[in-house]
Amino acid sequence: MTKVSMTVNGRPVSGEVEGRTLLVQFLREGLGLTGTHVGCDTSQCGACVVHVDGRAVKSCTMFAQEAEGAEVVTIEGMANADGSLSVIQQAFQDHHGLQCGFCTPGMVMSAAALLADNPHPSEAEIRAYLEGNICRCTGYHNIVKAIMAASGQDVSAIAAE
Amino acid sequence: MYAFDFDRPATLDAALAALQDEDAQALGGGQTLIPTLKQRLAQPSKLVSLTAIPELSGVRADDGALTIGAATTHAAVAEQAAGSYPALACLAAQIGDPAVRNRGTIGGSLANNDPSACYPAAALASGATIVTNARQIAADDYFQGMFATALDEGEIITEVRFPLPEKAAYMKFEQPASRFALVGVFVAKYPDGVRVAVTGASEEGVFRWTEAEAALSADFSPEAIAGLSVPSDDMIGDLHGTPDYRAHLVGVMTARAVRDAV
Ligand SMILES: Cc1cc2nc3c(=O)[nH]c(=O)nc-3n(C[C@H](O)[C@H](O)[C@H](O)COP(=O)(O)OP(=O)(O)OC[C@H]3O[C@@H](n4cnc5c(N)ncnc54)[C@H](O)[C@@H]3O)c2cc1C
Ligand code: FES
Ligand code: FES
Repeated sequence: MTKVSMTVNGRPVSGEVEGRTLLVQFLREGLGLTGTHVGCDTSQCGACVVHVDGRAVKSCTMFAQEAEGAEVVTIEGMANADGSLSVIQQAFQDHHGLQCGFCTPGMVMSAAALLADNPHPSEAEIRAYLEGNICRCTGYHNIVKAIMAASGQDVSAIAAE
Repeated sequence: MYAFDFDRPATLDAALAALQDEDAQALGGGQTLIPTLKQRLAQPSKLVSLTAIPELSGVRADDGALTIGAATTHAAVAEQAAGSYPALACLAAQIGDPAVRNRGTIGGSLANNDPSACYPAAALASGATIVTNARQIAADDYFQGMFATALDEGEIITEVRFPLPEKAAYMKFEQPASRFALVGVFVAKYPDGVRVAVTGASEEGVFRWTEAEAALSADFSPEAIAGLSVPSDDMIGDLHGTPDYRAHLVGVMTARAVRDAV
């Protein structure tokens, strides 16, 4: 076992991990941060997306020791300081961007990474950015709408389908 | 996954020393190797991560060439090569999805040489040089069939040097489930001729379409290759496309690449 230290949602944390311990295992089992989900465990679905040093990554496809010294942000770090939902989270609720909610942590983390890079994405840019995030329920339409709304854009132009 | 030791050295020398151990293996972005380990298809004694080594990361243009460190991520190439080699940046920006591009590296992609991967087409069409800890390998000698390369045991790619073309483009027909290339064609026009490399299509992995190269070197236009076709004998056939379909796509994607070359 090796000691690993990083900052998670602004809090310095450390723990003992094996070489093969994935970042998502360290977050969920080591730190009890079970908001990050494992959907496929094969790098396909994006349910496990977190931010590492500001970049969206699949935490099921990165070892905990590769995040040594990094700044990690998970879905638990997305709410506002007073506990209210962030703009993106609120938009998912307002626009019905989730049904079962399993994909939602990864969707919100990907959306946050997109908007940090590109504050006013087009519908096509949003759909392209979400290529690695699979949703079994919503048909994506309301997720795209929520992200448009979170970026302060008019969503009435997106045709209802 | 079977258990293994994990090493994340800060220098190339330390990485090479760590790779001396029996069954030690290099780890790039892990986007191919970690899924492989999860399936227990590999059993390294130790993984040596190359991503904390500053000399292996970065993009620099000089002397008519673009040199990319082996541990440079696809996302970094998409951003940093956009000015000097737009077709290559555009290829990097189409690999997988954003999270894959934030971890996956050019060295890992070329070492793996997946028959449907994108970078092998760029390296072969550009006549790139694969630089390792031991030697320099011309792209024409480097790719040796599906998942096979000229790399020796324990040899690692340190950087890749791409001569800058006058014009180039990559056209990828995406396999929608995996987002790899069903067929991808990279066309690059140099003062001494045009090179065309095809990925995703052949059982032998990435290959040069020399007939199209000759036609395009004489006349760089989509019409120049209108009458040409590649034989479908060695093409991959699977549920996503028959060998004939792939052979047809090679012509279509080559013409589109010529049309859009910048
Ligand atoms: C969902 C998904 C979609 C993808 N889509 C595409 C796509 O559209 N196009 C495409 O081209 N690829 C695609 N990929 C593959 C991706 O580009 C990988 O990043 C790449 O193939 C491997 O690079 P890596 O840095 O992750 O290597 P790793 O997984 O870390 O390593 C792969 C192999 O290379 C070896 N290796 C790593 N670095 C070096 C080095 N410097 N020298 C020698 N050996 C080394 C390792 O030992 C291992 O054997 C996709 C992957 C996923 C998960
Ligand atoms: S659980 Fe990581 S990509 Fe599906
Ligand atoms: S809301 Fe159920 S998977 Fe997306």
